[in-house]
Amino acid sequence: MNFAEKFLRRLGKTLVTFVFRLGELSLFVARAVYNCVTPPFYFKLLGRQFLDIGFYSLPVVALTTIFAGMVIALQTYSGFSSYGAESAVAAVVLISVTRELAPVFCGLMVAGRIGAAMAAEIGTMRVTEQIDALTTLSTNPFKYLVTPRIIAGVLVLPMLVIVGDIIGIFGGYVVSIYQLDFNPANYINSTLDELQTIDIMTGLIKGAVFGFIISLMGCYNGYKSRGGAQGVGEATTNAVVTSSILILIFNYIITGMLFTK
Amino acid sequence: MKENKIEIRNLYKAFGKKVVLDGVDVDVKKGESLVVIGGSGTGKSVLIKCIQGILTPDSGSIKIDGVDITQLDRDEAEKSYSKMGMLFQGAALFDSLSVWENVAFGLIENQKMPRKEAKAEAIRVLRQVGLAAEVADLSPSELSGGMQKRVGLARAIATRPEIIFFDEPTTGLDPIMSDVINDLIIESVKGLGATALTITHDMASARKIADKIAMLYKGKIIWQGTVKEMDKTDNPYVKQFIKGSSQGPISVEV
Repeated sequence: MNFAEKFLRRLGKTLVTFVFRLGELSLFVARAVYNCVTPPFYFKLLGRQFLDIGFYSLPVVALTTIFAGMVIALQTYSGFSSYGAESAVAAVVLISVTRELAPVFCGLMVAGRIGAAMAAEIGTMRVTEQIDALTTLSTNPFKYLVTPRIIAGVLVLPMLVIVGDIIGIFGGYVVSIYQLDFNPANYINSTLDELQTIDIMTGLIKGAVFGFIISLMGCYNGYKSRGGAQGVGEATTNAVVTSSILILIFNYIITGMLFTK
Repeated sequence: MKENKIEIRNLYKAFGKKVVLDGVDVDVKKGESLVVIGGSGTGKSVLIKCIQGILTPDSGSIKIDGVDITQLDRDEAEKSYSKMGMLFQGAALFDSLSVWENVAFGLIENQKMPRKEAKAEAIRVLRQVGLAAEVADLSPSELSGGMQKRVGLARAIATRPEIIFFDEPTTGLDPIMSDVINDLIIESVKGLGATALTITHDMASARKIADKIAMLYKGKIIWQGTVKEMDKTDNPYVKQFIKGSSQGPISVEV
């Protein structure tokens, strides 16, 4: 076999695998959405996911967004102070935190925290036959494992983003007041003046989409994992990498749809 | 003449180009214990996964109580599946749940039994497989391999299934523990009056729990009969397998 033939074979195989995975993922999405809207529902499991994805992610979300807000305040000040536009700091912090930083940081942090955990847990259940065991006990593994995670992801991420919004703006406020010596009342006033419904809406929409992506990629990679510990490791990596990339891509698409006329 | 509980005809299943089941025909009578023997990778696991609806066969029929479940839609087939229980090779206990929640899983999720009642029932079944009530609140990871197998067995029989599958029930256990598990299998199957289908390559276990033995080779059932018939058979494949010899018609694919 000459080099060209080898290359073409490799290319063809990669292409076929890609199309196969895309089809498999589409079926998975269809099944996930269908199962989310048909009974039975496992409310107890849903509650556990709310706690895992939402409550326990609060510390990382708080830490990342507060520093994001702080650094934006500093940069804006150092960049704009020469033009005497100190009042712009409040507006820039507000817009960048609510529209971009809080949703993206929440998404990426939760992808690392929860997407990986989902893929590892479901993947381990797959390779130790626990998923088959669910079937033999007449329980639909899809409803038991995937559905609660997807519903929780879609509902909880927007809430986390709102929390991130508030903490991020607070971070900007702290830097502006204590380091840059702004007037607190003026700062708060200009923040509220600038605040628009679309800022909050963006966060909610992005949160829901990112939540879906994270849960979907975590569950999909775990569910389809094969071949023992190594397979679970790969599933975990894939879940985090694919969901992070998809989050950034969809972030751009959503911003494009909402803010370009 | 007892009726057939499971009746499999011409079952085919392939993964890509690899044909795993190549026209399997086998019957299990009501209350009978069939053991399917065969080397690793001969499709034993695939066979029972097809019967339980975990895998979908490419063609052929699987009749449970005379109804072909491959022709039913998912909801109808679900009724047949709920008559089945299974002990997995690695026990496959849910590690996010405690021991008793594992045993009571089918009772709580499907038979909608109240948790308190289900726990009492789980403890009763655990006793039946020789485990003390104290084990009930432990997590599966705190148990030894043999104990996990017992819990797996308890979970399989807790819903009082009519058909129980055993996937390599003695693999990974020492000979004495294997024998204990064999006894428990016989006891629980007879106790429930259930039909049992076991796959194994442990001949000591097969001899002990089988009413009938069938040998699967290259995706086909090549021989079946009782244990006595097995010892007398001239079938070179069966003879080689029960002797555990590397010399004979069965070539080991490396």
